[in-house]
Amino acid sequence: MRQTKSTTFGKFMERFLKYAFLTILALFFLFPLVFMFVSSVKNNEMQVVSDMSNIRGFIPYGDLGFQNYLDVFTRMNFGRFMFNSVFITVTTVVLGMIFNSMLAFALARLRFKGQHFIVSLIISLMIIPIESVVIPMLLMVNKVGWIDSYQVQIVPFIAEPFFIYLFYQFFIGIPRDFDEAAVVDGASPATIYYRIIVPLSRPVFASVAILQSIFRWNEFLWPLMVTRGETYRPLTVAMQQFFSQDPKLWGDIFAFASMITLPLLILFLFFQKWFIRSVASSGIKG
Amino acid sequence: MKSDISNASSSVSMKMQRRREALTAWLFSAPSLLLLLFFLIIPFIMAFVLSLTDQRMIPNPNLPTEFIGLRNYIRLFGEETFYRAILNNFIFAAIVVPLQTSFALILAMLINQKLKMINLYRTIYFSPVVVTMVVVAVVWSNLFNPTEGFINQFLKFISFGRIQPIGWLQDTHWAFPAIMILSIWQGVGFQMVIFLAGLQDIPAELYEAARVDGASKWQQFRFVTLPQLRNTTIFVVITTTILAFKLFTQVWVLTKGGPQNATMTTIVFLYRQGFRQLRVGYASTIAVVFFLIVLTISLFQRVFLKEEGGR
Repeated sequence: MRQTKSTTFGKFMERFLKYAFLTILALFFLFPLVFMFVSSVKNNEMQVVSDMSNIRGFIPYGDLGFQNYLDVFTRMNFGRFMFNSVFITVTTVVLGMIFNSMLAFALARLRFKGQHFIVSLIISLMIIPIESVVIPMLLMVNKVGWIDSYQVQIVPFIAEPFFIYLFYQFFIGIPRDFDEAAVVDGASPATIYYRIIVPLSRPVFASVAILQSIFRWNEFLWPLMVTRGETYRPLTVAMQQFFSQDPKLWGDIFAFASMITLPLLILFLFFQKWFIRSVASSGIKG
Repeated sequence: MKSDISNASSSVSMKMQRRREALTAWLFSAPSLLLLLFFLIIPFIMAFVLSLTDQRMIPNPNLPTEFIGLRNYIRLFGEETFYRAILNNFIFAAIVVPLQTSFALILAMLINQKLKMINLYRTIYFSPVVVTMVVVAVVWSNLFNPTEGFINQFLKFISFGRIQPIGWLQDTHWAFPAIMILSIWQGVGFQMVIFLAGLQDIPAELYEAARVDGASKWQQFRFVTLPQLRNTTIFVVITTTILAFKLFTQVWVLTKGGPQNATMTTIVFLYRQGFRQLRVGYASTIAVVFFLIVLTISLFQRVFLKEEGGR
């Protein structure tokens, strides 16, 4: 009897400790984000600064509202930066999904001379980091007058060996019977791609869309090099430039930061399973 | 006779079909292949060629670009800032990779338990991954503020005032550790998810067999979990190492390589030379050396993974 009592108590303690540990870790991951959101809705800049050194920085109290958010819109061309980032990300992701999957389809499902060479080429190209080609690329785009434009931030990132490889891996795994039946019915390769392969491959399209969106939305080094004025500047570069101005207006900075974070964070909360799955699928590389 | 004709015509139609298929294949491949050619292959080759020249971003009409052999390389290997940058990348990798990998594995094992609300914890641990690095840097710079920052105040509180305020981003000793902390905070969720997928692939029978043999929890971890996660771990270690060498965004937002080159990295140096100083040839040399480092790391991965396959 005493034995059972102590084991149930032991179980309870074990569970309690587990949750305590999980919660401490959760606090570690949450506190900077909570701090950012809470500070962004404090209208009084003095309060933001005086609260930042203690626990009050995490408590929404006092004069709360969206004054900082309004300030961000009036003090700078925030709407423009937001449009630029959304436009660049969406265009690159959509075109990337189409072109990369088309190449992968040809490599995985059609027969033509040189395809084995192209497959190994794609696999080798995966090793090249973008950082090692930005300088020559800058020279190139400078020559053709693409500096400060949308295309300079879109076109170079459409084709991506890693995504081609992800599509290729997936397409290879689809049983051949599907297209053979269609070929007997007189379907052309284009029809097979569009009618059979694409509908069967939703998971890999979702993975590529999510990974590419995260990468494009966060791109910093390249737009820092190729944008000059505000017209084509994306959010990341705008944030960095606003942040480097003195004196720092922390309320506004946190409002700006919150507005960059929210779109992706909300998408993540809605499509969590897909986010987690796409990140896990990036692990099979190599 | 009749069958001969039909045979011949069917082989002709087969050939026609083959040719049509090849044509379609090339049409499907062309857009991506052209883009890869112009925005990856050609710039990549150009980096090697330019590294042997004194090319500048804005050419001087009086001073044409010249082939200067290995002079850029000789100059680069004589430059103290470059050594500092490479050394910093190695230090970053040596500290962050083991820390972040084991942290990610611990998190993955924690959220792999059957507990109520465990998915909520998974969501929270992963959420920094979807926060843009520029934002991460900006928010942490506030937390690291030497006088009013939360972190110094927190350290003072938990040490009963014994820990003196640290200068963090302004201090040559602490600037790089500060950048490491926020990098781990942002990146560990990504690796956690990859480890989680690896953990869920381990057959439950293996644990059962280990339990039957009387293996303790630690022994199960040591002799089942770790060996089964071998390939996942190699992947995580290699990708994190490569990311350590690509370190740029958080450094540029926070310290631009300072104070006194304490946070200088290879890519910050490349950016300064190529974009700020407009030395295309010299920056290409840095790019080539950077590529060779990344290539070496990737080859390690292939060697280790091959070993596994051969067993």
